[in-house]
Amino acid sequence: MSSPLANPQLPPGGRSVTPPSTEVIALPRTLDTSKPGLFHLLLKDRFATAAAIVLVLVGLTALVGPTLMGDLATQQNLSATNRPPFSLAEGWQFILGSDSLGRSMLARLVVATQTTLSVALPAVGISLVIGSLWGVWAGFHRGWRETISMRIADVIMSFPSLLLAVVVLYVFSPSAANIVLILALTRIPIYLRTARAESAELQSRTFVDAARTFGTKPAAIIRRHVIPVVLPTLLTLATLEFCYVMLAESSLSFLGIGIQPPDVSWGLMVAQGRQYLQTAWWLSLFPGLAIVITTVAANVLAAWLRIATDPAQRWRLTLKHKRKRFIARMPVKEVA
Amino acid sequence: MSTITQTVSESTVRAENKLVLDVDGLVVEIRTPKGTLRAVNDVSFQAFSGRTIALLGESGCGKSMTAKAIAGLLDPVADVAGGEVRLNGTDLARLKPKERRKFAGPELGIVFQDALTALNPVYTVGTQLGEAFRIHHGLSAKAAKVKAVELMRRVGIPEPESRVDSYPHQFSGGMRQRVLIAMAVALNPRLLIADEPTTALDVTVQAQIMALLRDLRTETHMAVVLITHDLALVAEEADTVAVMYAGKVVETGPVREVFARPHHPYTRGLLDSVPANIGRGEDLKSIAGSPPELHNIPVGCVYQSRCPLVQDICRAVSPPLEPAGDDRAVACHFSKELDNV
Amino acid sequence: MSEALLDVRELTKNFHVPGAKGNNTLCALDKINLYVNRGETLGLVGESGCGKSTLARTLLMLETPDSGSVRFDGVDPFGLKSRELLAWRRRVQMVFQDPFASLNARMTAGEIVSEPWATHRDLYPTKAARQARLSELFTLVGLRPSDAGKSPQEFSGGQRQRIGIARALALNPDVIVLDEPVSALDLSVQAQVLNLLNDLQQRLGVAYIFISHDLSVVRHVADRVAVMYLGRIVETGTAEEVFDRPSHPYTAALMSASPHLDVTATAPRQRIILEGEMPSPLDPPSGCRFRTRCWKAQDICATLAPEPRAALDNPEHISECHFPIEPTRDEPEQLAHAS
Repeated sequence: MSSPLANPQLPPGGRSVTPPSTEVIALPRTLDTSKPGLFHLLLKDRFATAAAIVLVLVGLTALVGPTLMGDLATQQNLSATNRPPFSLAEGWQFILGSDSLGRSMLARLVVATQTTLSVALPAVGISLVIGSLWGVWAGFHRGWRETISMRIADVIMSFPSLLLAVVVLYVFSPSAANIVLILALTRIPIYLRTARAESAELQSRTFVDAARTFGTKPAAIIRRHVIPVVLPTLLTLATLEFCYVMLAESSLSFLGIGIQPPDVSWGLMVAQGRQYLQTAWWLSLFPGLAIVITTVAANVLAAWLRIATDPAQRWRLTLKHKRKRFIARMPVKEVA
Repeated sequence: MSTITQTVSESTVRAENKLVLDVDGLVVEIRTPKGTLRAVNDVSFQAFSGRTIALLGESGCGKSMTAKAIAGLLDPVADVAGGEVRLNGTDLARLKPKERRKFAGPELGIVFQDALTALNPVYTVGTQLGEAFRIHHGLSAKAAKVKAVELMRRVGIPEPESRVDSYPHQFSGGMRQRVLIAMAVALNPRLLIADEPTTALDVTVQAQIMALLRDLRTETHMAVVLITHDLALVAEEADTVAVMYAGKVVETGPVREVFARPHHPYTRGLLDSVPANIGRGEDLKSIAGSPPELHNIPVGCVYQSRCPLVQDICRAVSPPLEPAGDDRAVACHFSKELDNV
Repeated sequence: MSEALLDVRELTKNFHVPGAKGNNTLCALDKINLYVNRGETLGLVGESGCGKSTLARTLLMLETPDSGSVRFDGVDPFGLKSRELLAWRRRVQMVFQDPFASLNARMTAGEIVSEPWATHRDLYPTKAARQARLSELFTLVGLRPSDAGKSPQEFSGGQRQRIGIARALALNPDVIVLDEPVSALDLSVQAQVLNLLNDLQQRLGVAYIFISHDLSVVRHVADRVAVMYLGRIVETGTAEEVFDRPSHPYTAALMSASPHLDVTATAPRQRIILEGEMPSPLDPPSGCRFRTRCWKAQDICATLAPEPRAALDNPEHISECHFPIEPTRDEPEQLAHAS
């Protein structure tokens, strides 16, 4: 081997220029018994299981709800306006009461689920993907990329995001797509900052240095070593953002530039019910509860996921419930 | 710049070497998710004034846990589950925390490995050094500061008057360790526990710190418990040694004799693992395997899985620490056969 | 020295420290000269902050030098383009100090060791070849191939370091830079890993650059030794020469300061204890860098940086000192009275 150029292991044509793949040899996991699958772990945690069930129900409601109850939600009954909840006198559809036009609260909540999710999910998803990738990239490379990215984030952050939304939606038409885009844009810096901070810390770790010594390209290192570590944190952040986006959407709807009636969202329901707060509390409370329950469930599940995907923490989930509080008190490297 | 050249001499055994610390059958248990572990299992040793005893062992052998148990600094999940720790006749393990605090300082000082985390970053060095005097002697802040300057001079920190108002991060690693030692010896304790005092330091600074500890010991005639994993440090600094393995003392005695003729196969294995004086390319006689995990300690001798002399009896009966002549003791069924291997 | 596998000349690396008072240039490496022959071990000794880790990182191209040259088999890796660079990467690999931080806890041991092949796909093109090589590597470093599915935290410190070594061997390198490979390990485990490294060198003919602060370890593993102080190599030579007849006062002090495990000695040992600590690399002393702690320092040491000089009897034993210790005249007694 007189020169690395004449390295016999490198065939002519240089297959090494082909983009490196993330595929690392899959090996038989001999220890599958000690590493229970995620689903198995989930069932062991009562809170996480409950949260997952709630989210599945919310998702199903959003999917099939409107086709089942769409007509009911627009059916007005002016003889039965503002009926209090928990009474079957007017039929099952008024179990959660009725609004000022005598429409079934239950049906409206169900129909609103789809609208709410169809705004909040894409908005959170778009800002999560763009903000995270951008932040991870900026933090990994540091230098001017990081500086410019952070300045851009500062500029976006320095506008109150609602004000920006008001201006944009006032100029353009307040369609669902525009709401999604403007909410996504204004929340990108949240992910950008978090992802950058974590990525900047990770890029100085020794195992990243090790990957650099193999000649691994930055994109492959980010994919293999940075994103799997950063992702759980960002997902937790995203669940908090989910709540924020729903509330922002309700604020916009309240101002008349969000979801336009006859469409209905949880946020819009809260906003519309506000004027009847003294006389018909259920108009705001039930959609408000829907927002809170969905957010809390998403948050619990994200917190669980964060531990479940961290190999150093996962063992905590395999313990019985009674011991958990005790474990939380115990330093990890006690015996070492 | 001058160089201090000095002699490492074996400290002379003085008639007035009094028993300061008597640890007898100490057991420390840790509660963990996998059940209760014995981190320290029936450990006994004594420390005499003006002498240094080394607790020698690898990570996880329980040497630091022993020191923490003596100093009353165990984590909430760990408890002293048995045995006695008598400091000048008082059993520390039975004291209430409030009574115990009276001992910290005048009777017992401790030096930790990591000087940066052992010092509070938001207080000046002078404040932290003076604290002992304010608490135990009721001195004013001003008088305590004078004492702090005095202490800093005593441990060889240059320009103490100007540095007394500095913060820990403004000191180098070696200087921080000196501050920590100054805190430990502020009230002239009769016992100093040094838990890996030089592990984080470079060798040239380690030599300075060990020289300082030696001088302080000569000056105040205190007893020193040196906790370390470094055999060479033990050989140079300690008078007696207690070799620990998996929570037990497996061998104890005067350093020179133990190192020259180890009676326990583990001590022998450790000595053989030191790369000094073995030619380039020759294999070291390493000890196969690794220490047992604490939740998985076998029945019988703790060292059985790595021992070249292991027999059936080792797997059934745990050998007690028995006298092996001239101040020595060893916990091995076959210590007499060791010389023939 | 033309036959040297790795030849480093006048390598200099500065870091800019923003916010530092006055001078903000930290000179981490100052005109480093060294070479490594095929199959040999070069020990790199020095205290923390002396620049030895920066040197390792520069040799692995994790840092870019400011000036000087690195020649590996006659080729300067810093001038290579992507494909040649990738081929070069195979030939120099590294083992890191901390066996916990250097392995990604989210991968299995097998994934970690086979990670280099994801970039160098042509090395073992088929899955079967990779599997076979993986088993071979595990066996080579003394691990069970069946453990490949375990995650790193299921292994002990020594086993983790074996995984790190297997990963460094995965690309069949000619040189491995070992950055304090055993200093995080317990003594009995340290001996196992040192034996493994020795065994691998004899079997594979790989050259090592062994960085350590532990002189007894370096003495055991190294053919040649380079002693670093504040970004410079102050003394270099064969391990025997440097350890038995140190020429630079710093080398002598370093060896004297490290404790000896010699219980048979009857006479108390003479010891040089240096005063103070290494000066800040942001503000190195003028002239000779060691003069602030040196007991032999004269006026000339403050004004003129000493040139590298070879010992009279051995051209390979080079040190940078105006007043080198000469073994015939400077006996330990004289060192003792030098103060």
